[in-house]
Amino acid sequence: MPEFRETTLSNGLRVAAEIDGRGYSAAFGYFVRAGSRDEVDRESGLSHFLEHMMFKGTQRRSAADVNRELDELGGQSNAYTSEEQTVYYATVLPKFQERLIDLLTDMLSPTLDEHEFATERQVILEEIAKYEDQPPFGAFERAMEVHFGPRGLGRRILGTTESIKTMEATTMRDYFNRRYRPENIVLAASGNIDFDALVEQVEQLTQSWSQRPLVATPASDSPDSVPIGISLEPCIATPDAQQAYLVGISPGPSNTSDDRYAARALGSIMGDEGGSRLFWELIDSGRAEVATLWPHEFMDEGAWFTYMVCAPEDADSNRRLMQDIIQGTIDNGIKAEELKQTLSKATAGAIMQSERPSNRLFGIGSRWLTCGEYLSTDDALDCLRKITVEDVDKAAKKYLTTDVTEIIAVADNSSATS
Amino acid sequence: MPWLRTAALSLNLHAGVHREPAHLGGLSGMVCEMIQRGAGQYSSRDLVAAQDNLGIDRNSGVSTTFVSFGAAMPSESLQDAISLYADIARNPHLPQDQLDDARMMAVQELRAMEDEPTHRVMRRLRELHYGELLGRSNYGTESGIQDITQDDIRDFYQTNYHATGGILSIAGKVDTAEVIDWAETAFGDWKTGEVQELPCPAGTAKYEHFESASSQTHIGFAFDAVPYSHPDYFKLRAGMGILSDGMSSRLFDRVREQRGLCYTVTASCHSLKNGGGVFGYAGTTPERAQETLDVTLREIESLLEDIETSELERWKVRIESGLIMEQQSSASRASSMASDFYQIGRPLTTIELETVIESLELDDIRKYWSANPPQDYRIVTLGPNPLTIPESSESTVV
Repeated sequence: MPEFRETTLSNGLRVAAEIDGRGYSAAFGYFVRAGSRDEVDRESGLSHFLEHMMFKGTQRRSAADVNRELDELGGQSNAYTSEEQTVYYATVLPKFQERLIDLLTDMLSPTLDEHEFATERQVILEEIAKYEDQPPFGAFERAMEVHFGPRGLGRRILGTTESIKTMEATTMRDYFNRRYRPENIVLAASGNIDFDALVEQVEQLTQSWSQRPLVATPASDSPDSVPIGISLEPCIATPDAQQAYLVGISPGPSNTSDDRYAARALGSIMGDEGGSRLFWELIDSGRAEVATLWPHEFMDEGAWFTYMVCAPEDADSNRRLMQDIIQGTIDNGIKAEELKQTLSKATAGAIMQSERPSNRLFGIGSRWLTCGEYLSTDDALDCLRKITVEDVDKAAKKYLTTDVTEIIAVADNSSATS
Repeated sequence: MPWLRTAALSLNLHAGVHREPAHLGGLSGMVCEMIQRGAGQYSSRDLVAAQDNLGIDRNSGVSTTFVSFGAAMPSESLQDAISLYADIARNPHLPQDQLDDARMMAVQELRAMEDEPTHRVMRRLRELHYGELLGRSNYGTESGIQDITQDDIRDFYQTNYHATGGILSIAGKVDTAEVIDWAETAFGDWKTGEVQELPCPAGTAKYEHFESASSQTHIGFAFDAVPYSHPDYFKLRAGMGILSDGMSSRLFDRVREQRGLCYTVTASCHSLKNGGGVFGYAGTTPERAQETLDVTLREIESLLEDIETSELERWKVRIESGLIMEQQSSASRASSMASDFYQIGRPLTTIELETVIESLELDDIRKYWSANPPQDYRIVTLGPNPLTIPESSESTVV
């Protein structure tokens, strides 16, 4: 069985690890409490931009050195930014632990060089343009903006073309010093780890982190204004699109809610691809290409998403059908065999996930960062086994009965907008 | 793989896209869908319930050669899963009353892909590269899908679903003798049939542009290269690794990191049994698209000018780490074994592959790339404006 160990370093940085000496690999990740919800208007997109800049050089390494060394360690490494955190991670063979930790830790003290900043700005603008061309053409971001408001959880992760074009390196430095403080960071590890060596090395490498200059929290933006480059229109015109893309959003459980497991089971019974209530009525029949729903948990709030893709002329009838299925579930509840099927699937999924340290890493790191809590695979399986039909029925009545904000991305001459 | 808790199977039958009549594009995919709408004692819904209750994480689909079914699960479910997939392949109901549902599903998928500019570019590129016959899309055509009848489904199934040339690979926490018994029981008495060779590659060097008011110009390019079964394949692959595998690879470093020209730039090898190619993609805003294309092709063409041992060594470590990490996944092992079996007639062991990779030297790459320089480019772009094909490549582009 894997062993869980954790400690807090003298500078406040927390380390959490699930150790299994039998593994072929070791996964490591720095989880930082810096996400788009932590930004003000003039910082919009900074958490993500900063994530890119971590690969662009330190006092000890040039940008090319960082990328070259990551490749030399032969693993899979990357980073991502969400509304609530930025994560830098890599999976390597256990023999590379010390070298990887030296590199990842060093990367978290970037020089934020002006020339690299200017070049990377172009890459971010390309990333924004890339997503503008891809279905569902910004509909999820728009749904978050309208539901939560365009700030806080509703702030888009990439920022806007306008905010990135006008971003200054000094703003980034201030943001870095404000958010990348040791008490805001967890180093998580999973797999074949030497925990004692890890702690000793990181204690020594991160000594200077507590000396980062203190920066005042910027004043909040006026809630009466809309940030530049943001629209709150519920319809997104996508001139060439053949399909209509409908996103619905309403409140869901947070990642500390007691009913989050029941809500996830409900999402699976209602919306799983390949065999769920929405699947059989809408996908299997060829009425829609996608018809699904799921809860998305944040630290203190949650969202419940519905998503449908179909021909624009079928959007209205499909929307009604989806609402009927949801209403039927609220009124009549779920069946015991549906729950059994969903739990069998989830249990097998958890077992399969547990075979790869890289899969375990994200759950361990995020949970430790946001809740200071560890859930082993067996704990998670226990939580699944305890879910009852009544729990799921209660979740349906609680979460599926609230008002839904709907965003539609569709060709502008379509009947679906009527 | 006794250290795992899971097992996986990959079932591949010679019922892929190349067996479709030219006017029925999409038939192989629809048959793949129809055989999963009820089989043996199971209705369509029973099948899904049985798979879920066994904890099977599954996928299915068609490629040029095969229809393929992949299933990963806790190892104790394997015996039941083998028998379930034998039912799907051997005893499908092919319910006529569900034909129109399956047809609509195929149309939905096709339309959704039309909204993906990258997919449109790469689909057309494939047709240009392998020719209209071998390069056909796995998603078919709307007219083909609309014309498919129940007789077409039944005929395609009866002709192409059989044991001959089929590959069932299994990996994970299994007892080999036991698994062979289960497979024998499930598939041992299945009928044989005919396996047809793939059509010959018939690509032509060409540039095509789709006009679109998109935010980015999407650029796809391809050139001929040897397939996996060729003795020189890993010399090609090592060169491609230096060009495009990892964050220090040349395309990522020189097109994205140093110049900031794009977010995505990539190129990789693709293999069929009788032909191969390198396929690449870059997406960039229209005003920088020409420079992106020029720089990308220039980097590919100048690979040998300053190639270094350290680049080759980095690629070797990446491949070797990947091979070791594959030992953590029964699904990826099952799938690579099936692919090896088809391409070279037997699965390569991890040690064999490591030996081949370790023995590669810079001179091997030089020899292959000098003898087979990238040329006869097929190029497809989608965006507001067409691009000019760089002079070095122009002489070979029609």
